[in-house]
Amino acid sequence: MSATDTNDNILVATGIRKEFGGLVAVNNVDFTVPRGKVISLIGPNGAGKTTFFNMLTGVYKPTAGTVLLLGEDVTGKPPHAITARGIGRTFQNIRLFQNMTALENVLVGMHTRMKANLFNSILRTPGVKREEKAARDRALELLEYTGLKRKWQTTAKNLPYGDQRRLEVARALATEPQLLLLDEPTAGMNPQESAEFTSFVGHVRDERGLTVLMIEHDMRVVMGVSDRVSVLDYGEKIAEGTPREVQQHERVIEAYLGKAAVEDMKRQGLS
Amino acid sequence: MTETLADPPEVVGIRNVLRARWKALPFWYRVGISIGLELLIAILLFLLDHSLGYAFATVAALYWVHRLPRLPWRLAGQLVIITIFLVFGVTSLAAALAIAFAVFWIPERYRTWALPLVAVALAVLYPFYQPKMFTIPVFGVWPDIATGVVMLVFIMMAVGLNIVVGYAGLLDLGYVAFYAMGAYTAAWFSSLQFANKNFHFGAVGITPDLPGIHVTIWLLLPLAGVVTALAGIIIGLPTLRLRGDYLAIVTLGFGEILPQIARNGDNFFGTGFNLTNGPNGITPLDSLGFGNRISDATGGFLPANYLQCCNAKVLGHQIQSTDVFFWTAIVLLLFTVFCSLRLQYSRLGRAWIAIREDETAAAAMGVPLMRTKTWAYATGAFFGGVAGAYYASFKSATFPGDFFFNISVFILCMVILGGMGNIWGVIVGAGFLAYLDREGLANTGAWVNANIHVGHWHPNLDVPLYASGIYGLIILVVMLFRPEGLIPSKRVAAEMHEGVHDEPLYDVAHGAEGA
Repeated sequence: MSATDTNDNILVATGIRKEFGGLVAVNNVDFTVPRGKVISLIGPNGAGKTTFFNMLTGVYKPTAGTVLLLGEDVTGKPPHAITARGIGRTFQNIRLFQNMTALENVLVGMHTRMKANLFNSILRTPGVKREEKAARDRALELLEYTGLKRKWQTTAKNLPYGDQRRLEVARALATEPQLLLLDEPTAGMNPQESAEFTSFVGHVRDERGLTVLMIEHDMRVVMGVSDRVSVLDYGEKIAEGTPREVQQHERVIEAYLGKAAVEDMKRQGLS
Repeated sequence: MTETLADPPEVVGIRNVLRARWKALPFWYRVGISIGLELLIAILLFLLDHSLGYAFATVAALYWVHRLPRLPWRLAGQLVIITIFLVFGVTSLAAALAIAFAVFWIPERYRTWALPLVAVALAVLYPFYQPKMFTIPVFGVWPDIATGVVMLVFIMMAVGLNIVVGYAGLLDLGYVAFYAMGAYTAAWFSSLQFANKNFHFGAVGITPDLPGIHVTIWLLLPLAGVVTALAGIIIGLPTLRLRGDYLAIVTLGFGEILPQIARNGDNFFGTGFNLTNGPNGITPLDSLGFGNRISDATGGFLPANYLQCCNAKVLGHQIQSTDVFFWTAIVLLLFTVFCSLRLQYSRLGRAWIAIREDETAAAAMGVPLMRTKTWAYATGAFFGGVAGAYYASFKSATFPGDFFFNISVFILCMVILGGMGNIWGVIVGAGFLAYLDREGLANTGAWVNANIHVGHWHPNLDVPLYASGIYGLIILVVMLFRPEGLIPSKRVAAEMHEGVHDEPLYDVAHGAEGA
């Protein structure tokens, strides 16, 4: 296991376990996310990747284990509190606010970074006006960054699929995260869109200094942009390392292709 | 039958099937059939009641004139209609024209502001022209001013409930509890209820040595709102963790509990303490008024005591105390609408809508669910409380029997009928239903009994007796043909037709902690 110095690591999860009734979805996973890197989490369907994500963001409470975000224990905190402390996320099946415009979606993402309350919103004090204006400008800036500026007035559900994925990222960026969690961001994209998205994630890391943790199935995306890859299978972490290391890891091949395939490869001297 | 449709899988629901078949007809067929049907209806209505037939024909004619492709044709058409109006001079045509003008000819851009302004002006001036108004076909005379006050109070409650149901999407079946809280708060502090105390502060129309607590209504209105909002927070904290149907059932329970406390509160928890005076209710309440000092300072513009108001005669109209109650209610309603609109386009309003659309996503974007929902609940409760306090003062009484479950449903019906989430829709829906309840049904009944007869058979219906059935039918028809309400918000309309994304993604255990 890599060093768990909290200064270098944005997120440290130790001994994370989740049971749904008798089913152990995630079993005793240790996981660290170093600052400023793109980390990929891969694994076959049902390996517990999304469950793991949901525990990091507070949607599920781990049965056991702790999650440290920037050195602070956030285990079992509600989602909004974790968002406020610096995790932004997208969803596997897009969960935009379908009937709100692109701009409004991003503005909702800024909720924790704004201060207006019931009373000064009714009075519309100069402070509130200023804040609204600033939020709007920043939202438009984020939409421009994700290439959606021209469509700021479009209702989310009317955006094409790829744009909806982008809008989810813009909304997540609006929460001003330190760590961005992307749950299968290129699912349903064609190869060209995936490639564009890969370079976009690289930009986010390099230009915004963000740390990215993503679940991904598309190996071109994973290999293209990841600094490190972790592999989950049946709720357990079976491998971790650079994309190249993981690619050749015996247990990973086994998990994806089965034991027979590994033996087959060995026989042919490929492994 | 369905094989005549071009694309059956896309056409769902009675309304859409009918529309698809209608659209399949050639244009001139459609126009011909429409005009033919309208003529038929107009003739039938004419046979029932002359002004009814005229009014219908006028509106229909205006509609078709408005559809004409060229401006000169439209103008010519309007000229013809106006000439007919001038020649035949039927009063109901004037109203039909006014309404039609307001709807058709104000450009879209100004409609958002022009219509509310005109509506407010018409409402404020209502006491002046109400006695001169013509008789509405079927519905009879225009509602009198006292009915207007009740309508305004109910509109205010509906606008308050709209924050909870329409904005935040929390189904609240116990809104009447807040109404009751407000009414009793006003009653406690402006009546003889606590006769062993003797506290006076600014109340009007009473002798200084009168026992009991007597506080001026202008403090009681906000106080009632605040007390009710606090009650909303206390009720909301345990209940708002629930979703959808569960929340509805728990709020229903609270709506039942409060009137029972009011009913049995003459011996509060067996202590012998008389909190609510039980089934007899608390009456009378102090009158409203600004007191002599403020009245004199404003040159009598603000009346000292509403009940002794007023000696003034404005525009040939003797101002009565109900008029002043009516104008005060308008001010309160405007305040409610103002707050509601401001909130709708604020950080909190966006969070409410986000929660309505997708709770899980909203939480993941940093919206604290419990806190945000509780604010919605408390804000809705505040306006319910203010409305309740004002209504109690207007009636000078509050009884436990005023706060039954059917009122909660009635207010909810107003919101649904008008259009959830759209304040203008809610105002129209609430005004209409409150009017029906107070006067409309009785008048309609009288008209039916007087005008409809088959041979020698005359009906003798007591229409208000069937009120619940009639409201049920109205809601049923609305739900079938226009589930988003009469004047919906665009967003809610879309949600109604497509459903919202609301798979819960929470642990049950976790939801209970997310405060």
